[in-house]
Amino acid sequence: MNARRSASGGSTASTTYREALRDGLREALRTDDRVFLMGEDVGRYGGCFGVSLGLLEEFGPDRIRDTPLSESAFVGAGIGAALGGLRPVVEIMTVNFSLLALDQILNNAATLLHMSGGQLSVPIVIRMTTGAGRQLAAQHSHSLEGWYAHIPGIRVLTPATMDDARHMLAAALDDPDPVVMFEHGSLYNEEGVLDGTVDSVDLDSAAVRRLGTDVSVITYGGSLPKALAAAETLAADGIGAEVVDLRSLRPLDDATVLASVARTHRAVIVDEAWRSGSISAEVAARIAERSFYELDAPVQRVCSQEVPIPYARQLEEAALPQPASIVAAVRQAVA
Amino acid sequence: MPSLGADMDEGTLVEWLTTVGAEVARGEVVAVVETAKSTIEVECFESGTVTELLVEPGTTVPVGTPLAVISPTAPVRPPPARGPVPAGDATATPLVRHQAAEEGVELAALHGSGRGGRITRSDVSRAAHPAPSRHPAPSRVHASPLARRLAESLGVDLSAVRGSGRHGAVKADDVRAAAGSRTGPDQAATVKEASVAAGARRAPKAAASDTGTSAAAAAAASASASTSTSDRAAIARLMSRAKREIPHYYLSTTIDLAAALEWMRRQNSTRPVGERLVPAALLLKAVASAAREVPELNGHWTDGRFVAAAGVRLGTAVSVRGGGLVAPALADADRMPLTDVMATLKDLVSRARHGRLRASETADPTLTVTNLGDQGVESVFGVIYPPQVAMVGLGRVTERPVAVAGMIALHPTVTATLSADHRASDGATGARFLTTLDRLLQHPEDL
Repeated sequence: MNARRSASGGSTASTTYREALRDGLREALRTDDRVFLMGEDVGRYGGCFGVSLGLLEEFGPDRIRDTPLSESAFVGAGIGAALGGLRPVVEIMTVNFSLLALDQILNNAATLLHMSGGQLSVPIVIRMTTGAGRQLAAQHSHSLEGWYAHIPGIRVLTPATMDDARHMLAAALDDPDPVVMFEHGSLYNEEGVLDGTVDSVDLDSAAVRRLGTDVSVITYGGSLPKALAAAETLAADGIGAEVVDLRSLRPLDDATVLASVARTHRAVIVDEAWRSGSISAEVAARIAERSFYELDAPVQRVCSQEVPIPYARQLEEAALPQPASIVAAVRQAVA
Repeated sequence: MPSLGADMDEGTLVEWLTTVGAEVARGEVVAVVETAKSTIEVECFESGTVTELLVEPGTTVPVGTPLAVISPTAPVRPPPARGPVPAGDATATPLVRHQAAEEGVELAALHGSGRGGRITRSDVSRAAHPAPSRHPAPSRVHASPLARRLAESLGVDLSAVRGSGRHGAVKADDVRAAAGSRTGPDQAATVKEASVAAGARRAPKAAASDTGTSAAAAAAASASASTSTSDRAAIARLMSRAKREIPHYYLSTTIDLAAALEWMRRQNSTRPVGERLVPAALLLKAVASAAREVPELNGHWTDGRFVAAAGVRLGTAVSVRGGGLVAPALADADRMPLTDVMATLKDLVSRARHGRLRASETADPTLTVTNLGDQGVESVFGVIYPPQVAMVGLGRVTERPVAVAGMIALHPTVTATLSADHRASDGATGARFLTTLDRLLQHPEDL
């Protein structure tokens, strides 16, 4: 169960992924004085992807802070603020640029609790955009969340639905330890319906987004809509694809994944990252380790081509997992 | 160790009729094997040289155990013929004739694959260098982990299953299909009997009071029967065990029911509606009486021997609305007057369908009847429900042409079958049972 229903109930409302994130931010800023947002262009420009549009006007420059192009510095400042008792939300423009702050994230945020003998927790939330599909070329398009999932000491979230976009931030801010949230760039304009009866979500469980009996399609983030589209196509051919949204890459809820595989006996993992050493490899390994005797077919993976993501539209499309390639992989699995 | 009969799972090597180093040809008798039934000569499946004898005479090994190693002998090629090769009627180009002469291949013996039946160079090459005879190299079966697990629990030999997956891999469905086809013509009966097994969980106390080995299966069914999948698994286990352990033999006979049904019609015309008879009651009563007359089929196989039962507790499959079956037992059906059998049957069916059977009523049948007549089939060969030693199958009561006093008449008939445990009885006993059943049904007034 990853969503808690409000007792009072509520209405459903049409929204976009971007607006849902903004509403989550607005709520956090309203309900907790310690929360502030900082990052490149989050204030006057409204965020490079428009997530924080209007928040500077509503909350003022002390709480919506524009920073220089200095990822290591402002993530480090965020960690300091968290140590000092605040609840910083730090936005990094894309995951590619987060590498400049990787030292702060890995060597400080993820380790300080351990290094201080449990005295210093770092309640920071770091948001960043990940993924390709918008012709932003090889320095703005990569999917490196699997790298972050390698690091003990941080939580790695990949909201892919309206409800998760809306409610994951609050749960992340409640966590006393560092949380890194990956927002897939192609999801910002996705429209959907917010379930008004949901008022919070958990950060520990994967979710079955569609039931099916023949194959488990395991995915997360920006690949979720593609997997659901593929499942729709497959359903027309009588192949029931169960779609599992990982939601959190660390911790990885393998119980939900393995339970699904135990029902369908076949697994296809869809991950926009490069295949080698990706989170898809981790999921495949866990299935092999713990559900070997449930498998009726080799595990299939649909990942990006192992190239820098191309700029040209047709090349970029060819490099990424697409509904058609997911359909093809599923057909192999059920063949 | 070859399988020399469907019920054979092991055999004793009595004697080798060949030695290491001997040349053997396919079909040659190379060994003598003793099975539970008889002594059988074993023919060789391959030609070649015996390089190793793996099993000592006197040893009992499971079916599938290698007995000896045969290495293929290099095909002996005749020496190249000198002089012109008689070409006969074969059409071939001079180049091909030349090649045939070089390779010592007789063109007349070849079948041309070229245009107009012309012999081609590759035809000659193939004849000169035949593909090496296939050696039965023990190759690893490609099977999915799930398929392997299923094969083990269902007792399916993976190497005998044809894989439908990519690159011929055996998938779970292939194993299920193999497990299903192994029971062959009894599949329908399997399903029915299996449902009986699943039905046993409706009365858990029955399982507890059952001292026979079916208690384990029934208990397993009740423990894990929360879903249809686990029902299926329990059924699979029980039926696999029945087919694995019980050497079934099958008999069948078609019984003329004209006298029985005519008698029943006359009886019913004088009975109040509530007490009227149905053919099923007549048939069940006759089966019970036959079981009393042939006690070798009425009882249980326990601890390696047959134990005859004191009375006849006739297991009767009853289909339940909404799916499933239960098999309440008609206690003392052999001694009960027909009217009481009818009343008891009505009562049991009615309560079975409302799920209100008493535990004692489902416990310990000594013989079970499966009746698929209402499903329209002509005959059913059931799978014996361990630890019972027989299963009587009744098909549809239908009109068939029969010879009566030199004339052909249409009489109502039923095909009665018997599946019996060959450990406990022989065919002659089974035959006696079916002829007894026939005889009893010709004198319904005595039932």
